[in-house]
Amino acid sequence: MASIPLTLYEKIWVNHLVEQRDDGTCLIYIDRHLVHEVTSPQAFEGLRVANRKVRRPDLTLAVPDHNLPTSPRVDARGNEVPIADRESAVQLDLLRRNTSEFGIDYIHASSVNQGIVHVVGPEQGFTLPGTTLVCGDSHTSAHGALGALAFGIGTSEVEHVLATQTLLLGQSKTMEVRVDGALGFGVSAKDVILSIIGKIGAAGGSGYVIEYTGEVIRNLSIEGRLTIANMSIEGGARAGLIAPDQTTFDYIKGRPMAPKGADWDAAIAFWKTLPSDAGARYDRTVRLDATDIAPALTWGTSPEDVVQITGFVPDPESFADPAKRVAAQKSLDYMGLTPGTAMQDIGVDYVFIGSCTNSRIEDMRAAAVANGRSVADGVRALVVPGSGLVKRQAEAEGLDRIFIAAGFEWREPGCSMCLAMNPDKVPPGLRCASTSNRNFVGRQGPGARTHLVSPAMAAAAAVTGRLSDVRDLIGRDPMGATS
Amino acid sequence: MHPVKQVSGRAYPWGAKNIDTDVIIPAHWLKTITRSGLGKGAFETVRADPDNIFDDARYAGSPILIAGDNFGCGSSREHAAWALADMGIAAVLAPSFSDIFSGNAFKNGIIPVVLPQAAIDRLVEVAQTDTVTVDLETMTVTTRFQDRFPFELDAFRRRCLMEGLDEIGLTLARDTQISKYEAGVNEHRPWMSGERAHASTSVESAGRT
Ligand code: SF4
Repeated sequence: MASIPLTLYEKIWVNHLVEQRDDGTCLIYIDRHLVHEVTSPQAFEGLRVANRKVRRPDLTLAVPDHNLPTSPRVDARGNEVPIADRESAVQLDLLRRNTSEFGIDYIHASSVNQGIVHVVGPEQGFTLPGTTLVCGDSHTSAHGALGALAFGIGTSEVEHVLATQTLLLGQSKTMEVRVDGALGFGVSAKDVILSIIGKIGAAGGSGYVIEYTGEVIRNLSIEGRLTIANMSIEGGARAGLIAPDQTTFDYIKGRPMAPKGADWDAAIAFWKTLPSDAGARYDRTVRLDATDIAPALTWGTSPEDVVQITGFVPDPESFADPAKRVAAQKSLDYMGLTPGTAMQDIGVDYVFIGSCTNSRIEDMRAAAVANGRSVADGVRALVVPGSGLVKRQAEAEGLDRIFIAAGFEWREPGCSMCLAMNPDKVPPGLRCASTSNRNFVGRQGPGARTHLVSPAMAAAAAVTGRLSDVRDLIGRDPMGATS
Repeated sequence: MHPVKQVSGRAYPWGAKNIDTDVIIPAHWLKTITRSGLGKGAFETVRADPDNIFDDARYAGSPILIAGDNFGCGSSREHAAWALADMGIAAVLAPSFSDIFSGNAFKNGIIPVVLPQAAIDRLVEVAQTDTVTVDLETMTVTTRFQDRFPFELDAFRRRCLMEGLDEIGLTLARDTQISKYEAGVNEHRPWMSGERAHASTSVESAGRT
């Protein structure tokens, strides 16, 4: 009997089904659970009140990231620097105490392994293909880059997973986003995902799990794939998947928590069965051609407000949907922009290179296009590696010296200026070219104006003082790329 | 959780689209370690405008919020649902919701009601002057002008809302099934066990040494 061709999503789903109830809800087993300080206090409190235990502490890993200042964590004498903000200090301390009380592995703030939860998971080999992985954070979708069904959950669900290692879920629809061809010179994974969101819209993936396919995706490194899957949620999809392949296996091999020896061989054999079968059906397919993708950025306050760097601030009147017209006008008022302005004529005050979207080693390397140049007068530029390990690697490659010589700040790992929860904020009314994932009103600080860009584009903006086409900086001829 | 069968009263006739969780509750409110008191921070940036809907005396304390497409998009913060609950909102009506937000809403006794845009437009109009009723028994939204808009809800979630059930307690009662599943994983995918993974880990452990 020929079996029905299945998608990667369907295979993972079936593999994790504990039971299906009469009303159709499914109890799904969760293989990996990441915990951070902001969305967990009330979950641990709930367990304590109900006198419940954590079912599988061994499948749970905690790391502080959101609130942690990115200034040095130990002083010259090797003592821990206290955290000035009282509420942050309480939340961070609570994570340490809760994980200790419930027997969960915890990565200390001053450890070289500390970092943004979505950088740490893959880096430690905690994230594995074919697993279900959750975290109380919407950008958990990032881990789908390794072929894990990974999605963000709310605090009540965090508590549910801690207590039962399962979640009650309904099955999602599937959407294939296929990107064919080869990326042009100076075009990165960030430009690909911004272009995808520009095409499907911020709610386009609502109710779907996206699977990214096609030559462009296959040719991306794991770092690039993480950037893509990370922003699935900005296109409305709770999760985004990329089929595991040799690139994935090579990335995972030898990582601290990855399977070893005979376990490794068995794992590989299983992971090879995961990619979607030929003829598997998706509920919706969206196609993009690499030749249509150029360095991209946002002009408004929704991640769907995407334009190419050679483009212009749109006229709200140009939108067919009346609601979008109103929204666009509000966005432009907030962003302080006039329709018809060339994107490259817009000056910036801040540059932020970091966040779980773009803070891995490749992103640091891409931002090093700033080599030999200087941050423009009046611009404050931060480079925030995603983890202590990324920081150490970048320093071994001399990237820190390039950034510091150019006038960038080289900081300790954390969420930093991605969200206004720690001391790194964009002041009201100022404009930031940011490699993060959200340009919402107030996201980087009250009144802050955000343009989402790739790391190379952010570095270009830092040295020119305006939104710029990185291809002009490095020369369109690949042979002159390092000139 | 308290059982909810019907929500009736005035409604904020907002209708705005793509309201993200940073608008519902800005990040600086997320430093709390409790679930209560977030109503103070709800819609802070919207409320900065003196003519905002939430400080309009006509709608003060409304248990219903009428919004546009993609309500609750953005982060997974359950603080958004806690903030709404704290300001007394027990039902949100919109053409669509972000998946994570609607899950969070249910868990806090807030009914996310999906209605077609035309129904939302009509309710925004009615709510300027009159009350709206959301009924879980009949699965309808009604007004005193004979408007009657049926909606759908996941059967399990509806039951949890109406009976005020504790989901964790319900799942813990399925312990035998969960243990059986775990035994299967240990046999077929032994590398999944955290104990084996952590054997050579470089991650320091506060809990298990
Ligand atoms: S870097 Fe930004 S998006 Fe990523 S986990 Fe931190 S706050 Fe969330």
